Amino acid sequence: MTTPPTPTPTPTPAPRWRALTQHHLFWPVAVLVVLLLINVPFTPGFFSIKMTDGHLYGSLVSIVLFGSPLILVAVGMTLVIATGGIDLSVGAVVAITGALTCSYISDQADQDSLAGVFLAMGIGLVAAVVCGLWNGFLVARMGIQPIIATLIIMVAGRGVAQLITDGQIITINSEPYKLIGGGYWLTLPFSIFVVAAVVAITVALTRRTALGLLVESVGGNAEASRLVGIRSTRIKIMVYVFCALCAGIAGLMISSNTSAADGNNAGLWIELDAILAVVIGGTSLLGGRFSIGGTVVGALVIQTLTTTIYTIGVPTQTNLVFKAAVVIVVCLLQSPKFRTKVFGGRFGSGSGAKGGGASAGTPADTAQSTAAAPKMEVS
Amino acid sequence: MLNRRNFLTAAVGVAAATGLAACAKKEEGGKGGSGGGDGKIVLGFSQVGSESGWRSANTTSVKDAAKEAGFDLKFSDAQQKQENQISAIRSYITQGVDVIAFSPVVVTGWDAVLKEAKAKKIPVVLTDRSVETSDDSLYVTLVGSDFTDEGRRAGKMLEKVLETAGHKGPVKIAQLEGTTGAAPAIERAKGFKEVMDADHASDWKIVVSQTGDFTRAGGKQVMAAFLQSNPDINVLFAHNDDMGIGAIQAIEAAGKKPGKDILIVTIDGVKDGFIAMSEGKINGIVECNPLLGPQLMEVVKKVKAGEKVERWIKTKEGDFTQDQAKAALPSRKY
Repeated sequence: MTTPPTPTPTPTPAPRWRALTQHHLFWPVAVLVVLLLINVPFTPGFFSIKMTDGHLYGSLVSIVLFGSPLILVAVGMTLVIATGGIDLSVGAVVAITGALTCSYISDQADQDSLAGVFLAMGIGLVAAVVCGLWNGFLVARMGIQPIIATLIIMVAGRGVAQLITDGQIITINSEPYKLIGGGYWLTLPFSIFVVAAVVAITVALTRRTALGLLVESVGGNAEASRLVGIRSTRIKIMVYVFCALCAGIAGLMISSNTSAADGNNAGLWIELDAILAVVIGGTSLLGGRFSIGGTVVGALVIQTLTTTIYTIGVPTQTNLVFKAAVVIVVCLLQSPKFRTKVFGGRFGSGSGAKGGGASAGTPADTAQSTAAAPKMEVS
Repeated sequence: MLNRRNFLTAAVGVAAATGLAACAKKEEGGKGGSGGGDGKIVLGFSQVGSESGWRSANTTSVKDAAKEAGFDLKFSDAQQKQENQISAIRSYITQGVDVIAFSPVVVTGWDAVLKEAKAKKIPVVLTDRSVETSDDSLYVTLVGSDFTDEGRRAGKMLEKVLETAGHKGPVKIAQLEGTTGAAPAIERAKGFKEVMDADHASDWKIVVSQTGDFTRAGGKQVMAAFLQSNPDINVLFAHNDDMGIGAIQAIEAAGKKPGKDILIVTIDGVKDGFIAMSEGKINGIVECNPLLGPQLMEVVKKVKAGEKVERWIKTKEGDFTQDQAKAALPSRKY
């Protein structure tokens, strides 16, 4: 995935595993692997993937399939958080997009017509972009706190979605539309390709062009960025639109997966899961740094956790407690301070790889890590 | 600069607040004040919200039945919040309506407001869900379903389904529960277990049980995980149709045939459930009828006339198997 950033220019006698544990993706990936392994005793052949009806079938495939919408929403959320903002409206955008698209398709005489499906998806995504523009306008131009600005659509948007669906669940029967979130292509779930494309484009735009740096700079200090000539306002509006667009695509996927638009429940609380995924992935909520790769791993951790709860037979009443316990452990593992306290110095001094993390290392270490901070990471 | 910003924020806030207030007024207002001046029965009804297709069918039924009965209906939507419901009931008390009816959002916390109603001698009728009160005289009657009995009927339905399918050998059941803590989820599971423990302790077993939150997406995801961890499941009991419909998709993705390889019994009887049953994908549906408007209006009339009514008036409900599905489908309204 990436080469670990090297905060120490002078060669140290530290063994290779130490460099590995200092990598910013080490802990999220470790948690993911542990969670996957927990499943093995409960699910016979957890890692096995077989062909069923011309497509691959297995636990890992379902985790990616059901996790796809969350990955998309979380990737969009990452950029918003990188600018120091937050977007609570993504769940409502998911519901609106799904509702608009499905109600348009259900009005068609021929639900299988490709033109109709594309037009319906277009309408849904345009609505998502409009929501994003609204959020961006409120945050960047009006200077309203992001949490409040996006709360408006979070609350009102679900009402809009219900208005569109008339409070009913709209069931559609369209084979082409089913492909996006529930279909298979080249034996793999089609949603994997959508996610891969969005992630690839995002990484390319943010890490191969200056865009990522601009986003981080706006998140670090919007006013200073403006003074050096970066159009902070425009960057902010852009990330909110991008986030809403990602949520819109996720909305298409969720409604396509069940071939139904549910204005009340589609994407309910997905904003919180997305924020969690971003945080697990090592992006600081203070803004200024982000890791798309970390976010993808974070989203997979959450989806695997959900699947694990279903398969290991946790009683329903304790679902949330179990989830919370795992999340607490993950977050603690992410904290360099906690790691030094518990494991001693062994895993502790990896602060160079982590933005915003309080350094537990020596003063020299701290200086180096700040020096390394603006360095770009290819994630 | 800062002032302008503050002003704008405040303006948006005020605009939003007035908007909401206006909506609330419009719902409750009507011709306000006088209760039943023109001899019409005035009924104040506070609905839980509009969280599902079942609920909106319920709302439509109440509104239509009130119109048909010639009542003056004052309707308000509590948006799943108890405080909204309490303030709606208070406003009905101030307006002096003849009868108050409501579907409680939660089970407890109603004593104070119900005592106010009692003091004004306004009878209260509960619909769909029950409450726990310190004083039984605080409400007259409950018009609604018996969820425990629905669970029992689902158990009986499964017996019938297994017989029709000619099933032999152990019955390994996967259960998709409703929202954790919700009365229908708890009581449906309880009723089903009663039947299982009484008659089938040796051959039926619930091998996995998990909440699917009453949604299709939930049902699909949970069932997909179940099929991985317990590939030998041969029966699915879902607490509502929507989770069943989601689970059907997961079963199909696993290359199995819903309704054949895995026998499915669900509760509710929404239209999409019936469509799935007429396609042979659901084996039996236990109805939970949201169309209790006409029954409610009948009760309200009796209560207003001072007649004695039963403590719990159960909704008229039926059980449907595959052979009845096609015939019943055109009559499904929701």
